[in-house]
Amino acid sequence: MFSQKVAQQSLRRLAVQQPLAMQWSMMRASPAAIALGKGIQSRPVTTSPNTEDPNQILAKQRLNRPVAPHLTIYKPQIGWIGSSLHRITGVALSGSLYLWATAYLASPVLGWHLESASMVAAMAALPIAAKIAFKATLALPFTYHCMNGVRHLTWDTGRALTNPAIIKSGWAVIGLSVTSAIALAFL
Amino acid sequence: MASLRSTSRLFAASRPLFRPATFARSYATVETKNVDPVPSENPSMKTFKVYRWNPDKPTEKPSMESYQLDLKKTGPMMLDALIRIKNEIDPTLTFRRSCREGICGSCAMNIDGVNTLACLCRIPTDAAQESRIYPLPHTYVVKDLVPDLTLFYKQYKSIKPYLQRDTPTADGLENRQSPEDRKKLDGLYECILCACCSTSCPSYWWNSEEYLGPAILLQSYRWLVDSRDERTAERKAALDNSMSVYRCHTILNCTRTCPKGLNPGRAIAETKKILAA
Repeated sequence: MFSQKVAQQSLRRLAVQQPLAMQWSMMRASPAAIALGKGIQSRPVTTSPNTEDPNQILAKQRLNRPVAPHLTIYKPQIGWIGSSLHRITGVALSGSLYLWATAYLASPVLGWHLESASMVAAMAALPIAAKIAFKATLALPFTYHCMNGVRHLTWDTGRALTNPAIIKSGWAVIGLSVTSAIALAFL
Repeated sequence: MASLRSTSRLFAASRPLFRPATFARSYATVETKNVDPVPSENPSMKTFKVYRWNPDKPTEKPSMESYQLDLKKTGPMMLDALIRIKNEIDPTLTFRRSCREGICGSCAMNIDGVNTLACLCRIPTDAAQESRIYPLPHTYVVKDLVPDLTLFYKQYKSIKPYLQRDTPTADGLENRQSPEDRKKLDGLYECILCACCSTSCPSYWWNSEEYLGPAILLQSYRWLVDSRDERTAERKAALDNSMSVYRCHTILNCTRTCPKGLNPGRAIAETKKILAA
């Protein structure tokens, strides 16, 4: 009863002080309008009753569902970029080792000259820039994979597994591997 | 409340009159037109690009839809922006939300490339920079920003996330625990299972059928280290295969992205140590 009185009173005061506010357009959500059933929500989008079996609808929808975008939209971060580099350098290094070893094994049969003396001679014949570039491309994946490997071994002991440590160690590995690769390239 | 701001402005004139009354309620309304009654003086308009896909039109490819909002009239969080878009611009935009304070985990989504809860993610104030909102990565999309998490919940069920005991306690009352043992559960029990970490994990993207993923493994670890649980051996045996745990390659996107500041990466590392011991 109390709340009704309050509503009535405030409506009267509203009518006296601001007659404009009593227009229907402004009344739509007032307590009086709600009481009169005039405050029913209207929705711009209409829905229609569905007589289909909901489980069937679900099964049909499931067949069509797209997979949300992933690799292409995820923010590049040192963590996962570094991890993918670790995988790529690992595959490249072991792949080239297998290739080289197989070629070395097969070289007497195929008549290739892959023994140390001829390799040294071939390298010596290259211009200095090519020598450094060649050594750097071999050295960088190697140094990166090694140092990141140490990082992984540390993690496997349960250490350095905090956000700041992960980010710092990630950049440290990149810095160290680049400088050591340059040093190796100039040897 | 921020989302209601412009709606309630319509009735701003009548507000002071109602104020002395014991109740000052505003009733929920859905506006039929997208009109901003009072545009602010120098609005700072920011573009939000939102992933859209409608299951009722399955032949249409998912697309990005742009919405412009005045940051001066929007609440500080991404969820405020989404609610405002839904209330005032496009009521067909679909997303999950509930608590708006980071405890229910409903509004987990990929915002500006990082998985997080929309309610805990501030809108970058740089209005010139557009924000991109996607559903959780590599999940099946139910509609717009709503991912299908059925598999995620099934995997959670599979680790038996409850106390398993065979012997009654000495006094027949509570299962007591020392403060040190209780401390082991800190940083684990706070997980709200929002799936941000699992869906940020590339290993989980490629192997979600068999790999449990960081969120479930954190929970699995929570029961492994619980001093009151008596089925530790059984739990360990269930994890001891090449897929359940060992698809974790310590990429650590999980730890980086957790909106609750937890550390699933460490929990998995500790699980591996337990399994190796």
